Amino acid sequence: MNLRRLANPWLIFAVGVALIRLLVANDYYFTLLNIIGINTLLVIGLNLLLGYAGQISLGHAAFFGLGAYTTGILTATCHVSPWLALPAGLVVAGAAAFLVGVPALKLKGYYLAMATLGFGIIVSIFFNQAQELTGGPSGLTGIPSLQFFGLSLDSPERMFLVIWPVLGVILLLSANLVNSRLGRSLRALHDSEAAAQSLGVNTSRAKLLIFVWSALYAALAGSLYAHTLNFIAPTSFSFMFSIKLVTMVVVGGMASIWGSLLGAAVLTILPELLAVFHDYEIIIFGVILMVVIIFLPRGLVRGILDLWEFRRYKKEGGNFPVS
Amino acid sequence: MSFGVPRGIVKAVIGPNGAGKTTLFNLITGFLTPDRGQIIFRDEPIQGRPACAVAAKGIARTFQLVQLFDHMTVLENVMVGRHRLTRTGLFGGILRTPAMRREEAEISAKAWEALEFVGLADRAHQPAGFLPLGLKRLLEIARALASEPRLLLLDEPASGLDQIESDRLGEMILTLRDQGLTILLVEHDMSLTMEVAEEIVVLNYGRLLAEGPPRAIQKHPEVIAAYLGSDWQG
Repeated sequence: MNLRRLANPWLIFAVGVALIRLLVANDYYFTLLNIIGINTLLVIGLNLLLGYAGQISLGHAAFFGLGAYTTGILTATCHVSPWLALPAGLVVAGAAAFLVGVPALKLKGYYLAMATLGFGIIVSIFFNQAQELTGGPSGLTGIPSLQFFGLSLDSPERMFLVIWPVLGVILLLSANLVNSRLGRSLRALHDSEAAAQSLGVNTSRAKLLIFVWSALYAALAGSLYAHTLNFIAPTSFSFMFSIKLVTMVVVGGMASIWGSLLGAAVLTILPELLAVFHDYEIIIFGVILMVVIIFLPRGLVRGILDLWEFRRYKKEGGNFPVS
Repeated sequence: MSFGVPRGIVKAVIGPNGAGKTTLFNLITGFLTPDRGQIIFRDEPIQGRPACAVAAKGIARTFQLVQLFDHMTVLENVMVGRHRLTRTGLFGGILRTPAMRREEAEISAKAWEALEFVGLADRAHQPAGFLPLGLKRLLEIARALASEPRLLLLDEPASGLDQIESDRLGEMILTLRDQGLTILLVEHDMSLTMEVAEEIVVLNYGRLLAEGPPRAIQKHPEVIAAYLGSDWQG
């Protein structure tokens, strides 16, 4: 019984974060961990949309960018407090998601992918072209660090203590969400939109809600990103990054909250470890995406769980659900 | 075409393939919008409303090709059935408010009740996609029942079932009727239809051919010619 209590994932998460904080003593690693944390935030949000509700977004980097640029411009150019800039970033990204989502979510599959892709590219062009506002291709500099009761969170180590607890809370809220009435309706409409509607689920409303909600995760990640690096440039929010996010969701596991952490960690660390990544990044991500989709269509975590469940239920004469 | 479904009875819709039975179901449940005409449910026109709004009024259905949530557990499938009767939204869900927990407890209690009614309680934690077809059909009914419908539409519930399963289904339909549920049924299995239906509507090429109690339908010359075949013995 005691052992079982210790196996609580939230406890492991908290202890893990505390241990990492004690053991790591190098700014490079803290920066890497911060990027992992930020990417995980993005991936959880995208996973709610893609993995749970089954709606793809190939423009998620745009919401990340809207959060980052809103925060960046307000704090660096307009000298607004970061604590006001953060909600402003959420409002901007949430409003953009709403406006894009209303027409785009009427589309399905490839068409939704194309619509969100188009949106992502438009926003990316905007970041590059609106030089007076965004600093253009050379980026926006001078974004201040977060201030916390007079303490400046200006080192990667200090930001670590903001990002990872925030991530812990977001993980917990998201795990709650998928096991709630709304979470069940999202998973339901993923499997059969007709059946979900026949039970009274307003599927268009649910899809729009989760689209906006997942954009808010991206905007939160964007704000934290801007304050962590104190500098942002359009390349971080390009189409390529949207693809990376989808790859992280797929590798970690569709419809798996903890898989999001795994996918983000693996695909953030890999490029750091392997120098070849720098030259062939797009190819390697493409290959990973293809291999996982072909062999483990529901990602590493779900895929392995599915295989295990399949072995368990095979005997009972049921058929294996096709993803 | 025009026909009514009195409260508390089992009414069957029959007709040859392509007669428009499933189309009729899709019109009633809001999956299709009629070009003209009216569908009145409890004194209120419901034609042209979106499917989710029709469901919210208390019309539940099953599908000819079973539509389950394959990646969710059997229990979770039925829990989705409670959707129209519950309220928790995004914030209640993420914060697990006391109101949300109370509602969840009620959802799961009612879902277990529906599972026990159809005899699937021992499979509650299996993924629905793993069930054999006969049980999938029962699960679809349990899911519809969890929404406490006023009218239940069953689209060929016995297709793919063996004789024992089909008999059990017949008993189940009669039990539900005795509990006061109104049921509209599309079924190809004539013995089941004749056994459970109090009234039958016969469709042919989108037209209403005949309407009446099973005995009258069995003797109706046009019905026999169009659907049952001239050598059919009542």
